Amino acid sequence: MSSIGTGYDLSVTTFSPDGRVFQIEYAAKAVDNSGTVIGIKCKDGVVMGVEKLVASKMMLPGSNRRIHSVHRHSGMSVAGLAADGRQIVARAKSEATNYESVYGEAIPVKELAERVASYVHLCTLYWWLRPFGCGVILGGYDRDGPQLYMVEPSGVSYRYFGAAIGKGRQAAKTEIEKLKLSELTCRQGVIEVAKIIYGIHDEAKDKEFELELSWVCDESNRQHQKVPEELLEEAKAAAKAALEEMDAD
Amino acid sequence: MMETGSYGSTLRYKSVERIKPVGKHSLLGASGELSDFQELLRYLDELILYDNMWDDGNSMGPKEVHNYLTRVMYNRRNKFNPLWNTLVLGGVKNGQKYLGTVTMIGVHFEDNHVATGFGNHLARPILREEWHENLSFEDGVKILEKCMRVLLYRDRSAVNKLQVWLSIHTLHFVLLFQAIDNLRGDRLYGSKLDVTDYVFIILPLLRLDPTLSQIAKITEEGVTISQPYSLKTFWGFSAFQNPTVGAEGSW
Repeated sequence: MSSIGTGYDLSVTTFSPDGRVFQIEYAAKAVDNSGTVIGIKCKDGVVMGVEKLVASKMMLPGSNRRIHSVHRHSGMSVAGLAADGRQIVARAKSEATNYESVYGEAIPVKELAERVASYVHLCTLYWWLRPFGCGVILGGYDRDGPQLYMVEPSGVSYRYFGAAIGKGRQAAKTEIEKLKLSELTCRQGVIEVAKIIYGIHDEAKDKEFELELSWVCDESNRQHQKVPEELLEEAKAAAKAALEEMDAD
Repeated sequence: MMETGSYGSTLRYKSVERIKPVGKHSLLGASGELSDFQELLRYLDELILYDNMWDDGNSMGPKEVHNYLTRVMYNRRNKFNPLWNTLVLGGVKNGQKYLGTVTMIGVHFEDNHVATGFGNHLARPILREEWHENLSFEDGVKILEKCMRVLLYRDRSAVNKLQVWLSIHTLHFVLLFQAIDNLRGDRLYGSKLDVTDYVFIILPLLRLDPTLSQIAKITEEGVTISQPYSLKTFWGFSAFQNPTVGAEGSW
């Protein structure tokens, strides 16, 4: 359970007696309250999926994109405060284009992750700047192959085979661990991600949701893009069928 | 792609591409200062990248790119720091063909056939006579070859190599010819520039011709470039046989 850091949680520049920075932990809570975001690294690429909780029936389907392309070869999916996320994406885009204009090649995903992480970390160092209330899953494909990174509000960034953030991350992680990622192609990965997201969506607590899927793989020519329509429909259908099977048990 | 990057009036680099695809729908050809063309390509690369990152199914067509280039060229001219190029921009989007040009001072217009430099004087009259709305691919190539031949004959620094760029979208296409040579940019010496190279574009409508199906299959949608080839020329005129017969000692 979380502890209340009375007195030590007013500023991000204050440590508590047991060595924690509470403001950063509170920022992480903002991420935990948002819709689930999953990323998996398959053998020929990366697939990312978002459980986009729809606030109102008035919203146009396809709006409020949570997955953004950051350069030709990489994309970012955001969980947490949407406006903070937009700032991080903008910064990542600018880092990527700047790297390319200086070095003449596309930014390696590792380098991009480092730059995004240090930018997020920067905002945890000053009392006049609040930490970002969002976590980011960054997937890309460069000459070292497909890679998946996750950046947390604390500025920490690790490389993963599979990652999940948001409400249903515990359940999602369990499901991801069951998959044999090194044998999955992205086509299969897309179906699996859809199944996982549909599976962890809590009908009781949250209302409607929209599934957003993107990939970077050999099939997409190493470009980051939305999963093509027919594959998306196929994935949704498979996920719904899997759900019904589970309910029938 | 055969084309010279000139060094003063020396035709120094003979394998330089002067036409490049831009985005999914357009082709850009340039005459003049090569380094400025390369800089333009960087601007366009960023423009197309940001357009793609929206990932919303829309893409920049030739009309949009032409307008962007016009703005860039005109604003640079206003700062007295022009990009020393004459640009030709052609493309097809949603079945609509487009062909336009922008000069280094920002003059821009659209037409059915455009040319740069000497091409305006030698080739456009031919095109005016012979261009019509329903040209087939082969006829288009024939007309352009005719123009190129005239230019080869009449321009002292022409080189006999060219390459055809073809942009096909569904049934319509834009044909670009690029001549090799004549990129006389005197930027190095600061003297007046004499741009005499040719980039031709015409907009024929592709008929559903079975002999063309092979081309159509290879390209479907997109750009295809032919292998470079030489024009056949005829120099066997009697006046060239014994040139010094009237004046001994001359050459």
